[in-house]
Amino acid sequence: MSALLDHLPELWQGLLVTLQLTVASFAGAAVAGTVITALRVSPVAVLRLLGTAYVETFQNLPLLVLLVLAFFGLPEIGIKAEPLTTAIVVIALYEAAYVAEALRSGVNAVARGQGEAARALGLTFGQSLRHVILPQALRTVVQPLGNIFIATTMNTALAGAVSVVELTTAANRVNLVEAQPIPIFVGAGLAYALIAACAGFVTGRLERRLVMVR
Amino acid sequence: MSLLFDEPGPRARRRIRIATVAGTLAALALTALAIRQFGANGQLATERWEPYATWPMWRYLLTGLWSTALAAVATAALSMALGLLLALGRLSDRRWVRAPSAAYVEVVRVVPALLLVYVVLFALPRYGLDLPLFWKLVVPLTVSNAAAFAEIFRAGILSVERGQSEAGLAVGLTRAQTMRLIVLPQAARRVLPSIVSQSVGLLKDTSLGFVVSYGELLYSGRVLANYNGLLIQTFVVVALIYLAVNASLSKLARTLERRSAARA
Repeated sequence: MSALLDHLPELWQGLLVTLQLTVASFAGAAVAGTVITALRVSPVAVLRLLGTAYVETFQNLPLLVLLVLAFFGLPEIGIKAEPLTTAIVVIALYEAAYVAEALRSGVNAVARGQGEAARALGLTFGQSLRHVILPQALRTVVQPLGNIFIATTMNTALAGAVSVVELTTAANRVNLVEAQPIPIFVGAGLAYALIAACAGFVTGRLERRLVMVR
Repeated sequence: MSLLFDEPGPRARRRIRIATVAGTLAALALTALAIRQFGANGQLATERWEPYATWPMWRYLLTGLWSTALAAVATAALSMALGLLLALGRLSDRRWVRAPSAAYVEVVRVVPALLLVYVVLFALPRYGLDLPLFWKLVVPLTVSNAAAFAEIFRAGILSVERGQSEAGLAVGLTRAQTMRLIVLPQAARRVLPSIVSQSVGLLKDTSLGFVVSYGELLYSGRVLANYNGLLIQTFVVVALIYLAVNASLSKLARTLERRSAARA
């Protein structure tokens, strides 16, 4: 147990990095995912194709491959950035594909009459998406988005494999020094469980508040 | 056609044409920018790509892909078996079976696979359990994927109408027989698409071999890149192989889904 307490500062630092990675990349993924969803439901065939190609590419590549490619490849073509920034951007782009897929199923779940009514009122494509379709789509996908948030938290651990010292890597380093795997890894696991539990709590509350009774 | 737009009129058609041109230009501009960046740093030179037109390089990477496939198949088989047990456990009417199964699924769902890999890699040897390299990758992935498969199977079993198992019990089958002969075969069909798409995730997880230094595709790529110094080229080729394999699997999942939707 003392192994855990002696190294609390390192582990705390790791937890902070994990939180930073999770929150920043999920925010990025939410924005990018919304844009991609808009592309995928637009009346323009080329834009739909681009959106679909994006989702297909990022869902079928392992995140670790993308991280490795970005960490080792980008400096080679003259793009240098902080490891943390690179990790956030890569994870955001990766999760954006999943957010886009969830949102699209939400858009498909919106009743047909809603879009027809929006158009009948003379709203443009962008207006009907922004004011009518997306707000309703978002309500139906609160739970899936919460799951994506939890998956993002888990995936940030992979940034540890490419030199970002987040919670998993911090725990592993402490373990290499202290050789007390059980308390250290269980502690790290509990921290992840806590983040996931918070996410679950928030999505549960949001869902109850946003649910539409028909 | 879609709920968001009607058959376009003349003005809408003009706008769509403009957006088509703008979208194409934007995509081309991004590609051009990437190519310029590659070119400016000498990454487009023929001698940097040429090695990947030769058989020995491909043989090496395909050996890596074979190891990826082995690890993926072993993980899939083990985690599906464990997942099925967990799903049945969660649906059992004995509390002492139900509670641990539910706890397993809920706990593993919120622990990163990499943490499990580190546990097997660094914690187990301390307690005298030093697995071979292959199992150091397969065991943690099995532990984490079993939870995912358990949820898929559970959803499948619950989706079979109540009347089916009631009918089974009514004709005198035991509960186990009803599950085995009536419910599971129907559930298996329904979850097939989800199983295939979960397998894509599983195959992606095997890239953790990079951390374990098990010679699967990504790790082979790293070894190759260390040897020939062609970082970008190697990892781009590796990424394309993953993309080809996983895209085919995803397509299979979609085809299965469409087929089962058509049957229903």
